[in-house]
Amino acid sequence: MLRHASAWLSGLLLLTLSGTVSAGWGFNMAPGVTEISRSVFDLHMLIFWICVVIGVIVFGVMFWSMFMHRKSRGAVPATFHENISVEVLWTVIPLLILIGMAVPATKTLIEIYDAEESDVDIMITGYQWRWQYKYINEDVSFLSNLSTPRDQISNQVDKGENYLLEVDEPLVVPIGQKIRFLITSADVIHSWWVPALAVKKDAIPGFVNEAWTRIEEPGIYRGQCTELCGRDHAFMPVVVDARTQEDYDAWLAEKKAAAAAEAELRDKEWSLAELMERGERVYNTNCAACHQPDGSGLPPAFPALKGSDIALNDIPGHIDIVVNGKPGTSMASFDGQLSEVDIAAVITYERNAWGNDTGDVVSPLDILNFKDGQ
Amino acid sequence: MSAVIDHHHADHAHGPAKGPMRWVLTTNHKDIGSMYLWFSFAMFLLGGTMAMVIRAELFQPGLQLVVPEFFNQMTTMHGLIMVFGAVMPAFVGLANWMIPMMIGAPDMALPRMNNFSFWLLPAAFGLLVSTLFMEGGGPNFGWTFYAPLSTTYAPPSVTFFIFAIHLAGISSIMGAINIIATIINLRAPGMTLMKMPLFVWTWLITAFLLIAVMPVLAGVVTMMLMDINFGTSFFSAAGGGDPVMFQHIFWFFGHPEVYIMILPAFGAVSQIIPAFARKPLFGYTSMVYATAAIAFLSFVVWAHHMFTVGIPLTGELFFMYATLLIAVPTGVKVFNWVSTMFRGSLTFEAPMLFAIAFVILFTIGGFSGLMLAIAPADFQYHDTYFVVAHFHYVLVPGAIFGIFASAYYWLPKWTGHMYDEVLAKTHFWMSFIGMNLAFFPMHFIGLAGMPRRIPDYNMMFANFNMVSSIGAFMFGATQLLFLFIVIKCIKGGPKAAAKPWDGAEGLEWTVASPAPYHTFSTPPEVK
Repeated sequence: MLRHASAWLSGLLLLTLSGTVSAGWGFNMAPGVTEISRSVFDLHMLIFWICVVIGVIVFGVMFWSMFMHRKSRGAVPATFHENISVEVLWTVIPLLILIGMAVPATKTLIEIYDAEESDVDIMITGYQWRWQYKYINEDVSFLSNLSTPRDQISNQVDKGENYLLEVDEPLVVPIGQKIRFLITSADVIHSWWVPALAVKKDAIPGFVNEAWTRIEEPGIYRGQCTELCGRDHAFMPVVVDARTQEDYDAWLAEKKAAAAAEAELRDKEWSLAELMERGERVYNTNCAACHQPDGSGLPPAFPALKGSDIALNDIPGHIDIVVNGKPGTSMASFDGQLSEVDIAAVITYERNAWGNDTGDVVSPLDILNFKDGQ
Repeated sequence: MSAVIDHHHADHAHGPAKGPMRWVLTTNHKDIGSMYLWFSFAMFLLGGTMAMVIRAELFQPGLQLVVPEFFNQMTTMHGLIMVFGAVMPAFVGLANWMIPMMIGAPDMALPRMNNFSFWLLPAAFGLLVSTLFMEGGGPNFGWTFYAPLSTTYAPPSVTFFIFAIHLAGISSIMGAINIIATIINLRAPGMTLMKMPLFVWTWLITAFLLIAVMPVLAGVVTMMLMDINFGTSFFSAAGGGDPVMFQHIFWFFGHPEVYIMILPAFGAVSQIIPAFARKPLFGYTSMVYATAAIAFLSFVVWAHHMFTVGIPLTGELFFMYATLLIAVPTGVKVFNWVSTMFRGSLTFEAPMLFAIAFVILFTIGGFSGLMLAIAPADFQYHDTYFVVAHFHYVLVPGAIFGIFASAYYWLPKWTGHMYDEVLAKTHFWMSFIGMNLAFFPMHFIGLAGMPRRIPDYNMMFANFNMVSSIGAFMFGATQLLFLFIVIKCIKGGPKAAAKPWDGAEGLEWTVASPAPYHTFSTPPEVK
């Protein structure tokens, strides 16, 4: 009840500033869809109103002085400059208010830190600039990339409602279950944030951080990376698709079947045209942001692939740099991110696109042999 | 040729040397103070121009003016230049000009080192700004330069950035040593510690903070240098290092650093409010103790910048409680300023307007700081525009308005002329409105979910971003007016009396305006 009243009051307060509250005027935190997110929202509003009350009193006295005690009104200055009891009072009262705030905050924090006994465990890995979701014990793993078209970003066409907050494959989770996130990074520090769940945790290379949530309502919940992670920091959103248990189970079964089908593709005989077609898709999602859609790169940080020595001549070197990455640079290892089929396809594509017409076909088995030989 | 004749009088006060070499070789605290202030203003305009680029790009969703690589360089350089190039040197400049005059000293205790610490700064910032023109661009990893983005993944120019930080750090340490030596040794007879003006007190405490934390910053950038160039793995998990350790070390420097930028402003405002309230400062002793308490606490709160890195529960609780505690001494200061104004006889010249705005807006920044201290709520605020709003509310009306208030307060003493009050009040109101338009909506944008350091955003953040950009352009343009006011005041204007403000107290008002090149060659007697 208090929450609704205070949200309403703050809305009124802010309305006077903003004139109207519509889609373009988002102005406050949302209560979210979990018990924790509502506790956090309550804490936020509680401390906000405490600050408002203190502000009204302090600024009230100040404006009173500025109005009543101005020289132009003939005010004669008093000479007092010390009062021990007043000073003790305004040290002790704030201390008590702070304790009053620390108590509920501590309670909520202890709940947030209780990540024991989860129902679903999901490993989240941050990459420059995408997220990977791995369902532990389920053999399901995929990358989640920004799906907003480039011509929306460059203002060629109108922007959609979920501009920059949409991905090709969202994280799908069941409602009502305790979901534990194990969060890490493969390169720089990222931060995984979904405001509606009040979960924000840094993804740090070499560390695995824990967070958890229990979502109450089905829905799509959107967030973003919140730690500066390089050029496309603004372009790696988080989308969580919370479904009922049935829908989730169906999705999971479908995902597992697709993964099995994908594994079979590895042993298939691939033609150049098939690899090129798949390779172009893989390239545009995973490589084009740095090496550019036309392979020209952005030197010196991101070298050109068009006409490069590795892409024209050195097949083992080419496989090596895609599989293992290049230490000390932004070139990530794609071993954990892409399947052998995708790696073979993208290498074949890079060796034959943009006038790199080498005619080389790199098959999924070549990739497998390379990895076995390491 | 009267200057030649002066040489016959050995005991006659010497004026400044002639020609440009005066500025290169000077050991005079007033010359060096002026150079610091001009340098910091130049950096303020440069860093401000970068802010204008940022706000222009964020005026609308979509990428219009700059590419993300360059946007990241702008946010990084804006932060670095404003912190190390604009705010810190401005306060050192004020210290140089005012501390000797406030304590009755003839000059700074270490005048040659004073010259050197200033001249390191143009070198440091020349180096820093030059990185923008290097292959791969300048620093693009945020002013907090978290590893490994700033090490393994940094542009090649990062080594120049590291040396620039080293030079600026050496300059700050030398400046701090000089200020401590001056305050401890050169006070006039009778000027006991508890009689010192508050500006001197806050600077003394700030100088100790500088000496404590600038070497920590030097250490962390040296570790980066080793990681980048000499194959160590301090911050690389792949080599057994720890990226989170970078953040611990950085913020052990970084949190005291924010008080380094605000404590001298506390001091200046504590001089100015009594002067225009015509009433002594309320609670002088508690002001001194509160400043010391804030300085002490600043060493034990650093991890509140790191609530989301995954520190253990007990760590989160400790840093949350310690951070909340800072509100107590800060509150004491605000209550003291308000009580100083209460039942005074107030007038509202430009220094007072800036000082009052300082108290109100800094308090608002303090409120959002209190909100950020609540760790569970911080999970929602962290690294969003709410944080950007918070630290701009404490730094713009805090540090910058404190500097403007000081500049208007002491300009008559520096130049011998009164500044143009109408223009100064225009400067104030434009800055006040522009600043609030720019930064208040950032609270909303952040709470609605917009992360910081992004060049593009969803439409739900669009309207407030546009308002914010308009405010920022207004604030930025207004600062050219300040430049005009200062130049006009140097060139001429009504003659300033030795004590142009009837309520002002302190030794600096006992010497003529403009202050002679050498003051207090014989120490004054303080009763």
